[in-house]
Amino acid sequence: MSNNNLHPDFDSDGAMSAGAGDELVAAATPGGTLVMDKDAGVPEFEEAAANSGPVKTRRFKDMLPRLDFKLGLGLFLTLGIVLFAIIGPFVTQDPRNYDNATFLKPGGEHLLGTNNLGADLLAQLAEGAAGSIMVGVVAGIIAVTLSLFFGIVAGYVGGYVDEGLSLITNIMLVIPGLPLIIVIASYMESRSMMVIAVVLGITSWAGAAIVLRLQAKSLRNRDYVAASRVAGEKTWRIICVEILPNLLPLLAAQFLSAVVLSILSEAGLSYLGLGPSGSITWGTMLNQASQHNAFYIGAWWWFIPPGLMIALLGCGLSLINFSIDETINPKLRTAPAAVKAIRKAEKAAAKAAKKGATA
Amino acid sequence: MSAETYTGPLTTAGHEAYLATQTPVLTASNISIEYQVDPPVKAVRNVSLTLNRGEILGLAGESGCGKTTLAYGINQLLKPPALRTSGEITFHDKEGYDINVAQLSGDKLRAFRWDKISMVFQGAMNSLNPVISIKAQLFDVLTTHRPDMTKEAKQARAEELLTLVGVDPRRLDSFAHELSGGMRQRVMIAMALALNPQVMIMDEPTTALDVVVQRGILREIMRLREQFNFAVIFITHDLPLLLEISDRIAVMLQGEIVELNTSENIYENPQHEYTKRLLGSFPSLTGDRGSFVRTGVDETATRKEGL
Amino acid sequence: MSLEVKNLTKDFKIRSGMKSSNFRAVNDVSFTLEPGKTIALVGESGSGKSTIARMIAKLENPSAGNIVVDGKDSNVHGRALRDYRHNVQMVFQDPFASLNPFHSIAHHIDRPLRLHGKASNAAEAQDQVIELLERVNLKPAGDIAKRRPHELSGGQRQRVAIARALAPGAKYLIADEPVSMLDVSIRLSVLNLLARLQREDNLGVLYITHDLATARHFSDEILVMYKGNIVERGPSDEVILNPQHEYTKLLLGAAPNPANHGKLRDSVRAELAAGLSEDRDQFGTRGL
Repeated sequence: MSNNNLHPDFDSDGAMSAGAGDELVAAATPGGTLVMDKDAGVPEFEEAAANSGPVKTRRFKDMLPRLDFKLGLGLFLTLGIVLFAIIGPFVTQDPRNYDNATFLKPGGEHLLGTNNLGADLLAQLAEGAAGSIMVGVVAGIIAVTLSLFFGIVAGYVGGYVDEGLSLITNIMLVIPGLPLIIVIASYMESRSMMVIAVVLGITSWAGAAIVLRLQAKSLRNRDYVAASRVAGEKTWRIICVEILPNLLPLLAAQFLSAVVLSILSEAGLSYLGLGPSGSITWGTMLNQASQHNAFYIGAWWWFIPPGLMIALLGCGLSLINFSIDETINPKLRTAPAAVKAIRKAEKAAAKAAKKGATA
Repeated sequence: MSAETYTGPLTTAGHEAYLATQTPVLTASNISIEYQVDPPVKAVRNVSLTLNRGEILGLAGESGCGKTTLAYGINQLLKPPALRTSGEITFHDKEGYDINVAQLSGDKLRAFRWDKISMVFQGAMNSLNPVISIKAQLFDVLTTHRPDMTKEAKQARAEELLTLVGVDPRRLDSFAHELSGGMRQRVMIAMALALNPQVMIMDEPTTALDVVVQRGILREIMRLREQFNFAVIFITHDLPLLLEISDRIAVMLQGEIVELNTSENIYENPQHEYTKRLLGSFPSLTGDRGSFVRTGVDETATRKEGL
Repeated sequence: MSLEVKNLTKDFKIRSGMKSSNFRAVNDVSFTLEPGKTIALVGESGSGKSTIARMIAKLENPSAGNIVVDGKDSNVHGRALRDYRHNVQMVFQDPFASLNPFHSIAHHIDRPLRLHGKASNAAEAQDQVIELLERVNLKPAGDIAKRRPHELSGGQRQRVAIARALAPGAKYLIADEPVSMLDVSIRLSVLNLLARLQREDNLGVLYITHDLATARHFSDEILVMYKGNIVERGPSDEVILNPQHEYTKLLLGAAPNPANHGKLRDSVRAELAAGLSEDRDQFGTRGL
């Protein structure tokens, strides 16, 4: 019944399991629970309805991660950078305005200084944020969509469909991603941001698809899916309404991973000079800085900000991802908390014992 | 049933008469166990229990009543967030000395556990290690607790143990997945038996098994008990089964033992409302049709009145 | 008017490496379930009883034989399959697995109502959801309907599952071990509920169980299954009180019986005293 071997009476969520709790209520009042079925005179033990306070009706609430320090910091970093990307262009110069003096140090009119052409680097950083996030999100959406199709359909339908889709997934999985992207990117004459995003998206879905396929395979054998079939639900509705909602946290986590991976890959590609031509992203900024020897010149304000932004956004998204992981597997959260609670209780008991001894 | 009105388990005079003929092997008094969550949950409340030498004591109750938690508490096996907040546990060794179990920790506890009290876990078929052989796991127990044993002696003991529980000793080199559910459970019993413990705690040892296999294992347990005279705390929600095999039964409800008596007395003369309710909740296999009337023909006789 | 199972056979293909072999889970099983009657299918795990349930519920297709409900064959698709499901519904064993944790209780009953044209709009469906929940003694129904499965106890969940099976207006109910996952003290109430609903709606119930005692009290006829075959069948009291087949006797002997307390101990003692250690092992169950 319980998946927790050592404490079967206890739910991993850290509360008495709902079933157990209610049956206790029923058992607690032996007199009141025996309800006669008037029609037949057959006694029916009635389980008292559990009065567990206000009834929760919001289904999504339980799926949301709990707001703690980790999640707070992650959201702060991510939303901060997104806001910067949205608001930045309105308050800064045109990032392609080359009328300023070159290699200005940070401060004064140019908070992050200027580059070799005299472009304002704060403006470039803001534009680059928008570019990097755009590439990440588009690639993430493509990757999740593809992994959903290849994973869920293969897992749920099974048979030859599964074998075919799995074959494609496995091929995509063993092809080394970055070299493939480099080959594709170097063959393309003009690379827009969207093209880069699409290339990143279609090369990064396979790992997620394998996880989803296994999940779908296991969910397909759940009784509630069988029950929906017996009720007469159509296959597409079973997938969309009965199975997918239960995979939402997993999908969210996969989406965020794909976004982080794509932002990093874009930066890497751009640094190698294979990034989007003509657009500004953090990666292209780094590429420019390296091409013009910013490091040797000592123009740290040129390469540190974009590098730091990549690190902070990656960190923020990963922190959010950790919190989502905890909703998928509550033990990640409750186990350390439980140990802490015990230590506290033991300390309190020891203190009380000491007090008793001295008194 | 509230904590304020609780004054210990209900019982009858017959129980005292029975106890007078027995010697205790394990005494637990005023055990309370709490789950340190917010707010704390009292899983076991002030339970006192005596287990007699060679006796099968059934612990009956529904899921969530605290029976498993109590058994783990007695064996110092609680894991966070569970914490024993009060209580004394004394083990009366057959050599004549007493061990204060509640004070044991570290190496002493490890040496005590399995040597004196062993356990057969719920879903034991899943508590065998899937990647090492049965033999290696049996050897493990022997190596840890009997470091002086030679390899030949261990081999002989392992074979003897499997034979005792009705598994072909040639199966020694098998892995868990190569055995059926019942066989795995027998191997678990063999492991529990390895050090000749004086007490065995069995937590739902047969619940997941088919009735015929269950019957075979119960028979094995009864036979081994006769041969080695260990006491058993047998935990299950299956009251009919307990009535059939145990000497005494403790009925647990909401962390308290509400009734404690010999099986005969519990069956024939239950005192607590809850025990009566439990007894009334399974229809008789071969007796008259009783209260369990589907067709609405016979509505007069109820099993409750027959008790 | 009846649910007829004719010469039902199911083979599963077992693939091991390149080889594949057949495993016969159900072998030539026939019976007829009439409205208002209960047939108990009794056997151990692996006896094929759940496979029969899944075939009748159209979750598996038979390898041979057929199922005929009120004169119509079950081997259908599309619209006809919906009509079939309209008549035949199933209650699953594990109430913790058979309700979708994501959806409210109302959703579980609302869907079959809509699918089978019992309700055409949301308000109508909601009224019927409440009505069904009240029929299975889940009160206050309005409150329960809003909850999600994890907020209910096992017994309450199984009542929801029963309400869901009734929603399409089914005439035949397949109950696959409906109480084996529940605590002993609430099993009887769920069975009594099923019995009351059966009387009210004149349902034909196929009760699948390994528990001989409830099989006897809850059904009119008992079929004992062993390794895919029906080895004994007859009126329930007849099968339980006067078993003919050795396997039925073995099952009966293995069922816990409180009236036998002390007997197992005594027989073990006698056996040890006599130096015998093997009991009858006709079905190869010792050491299993």
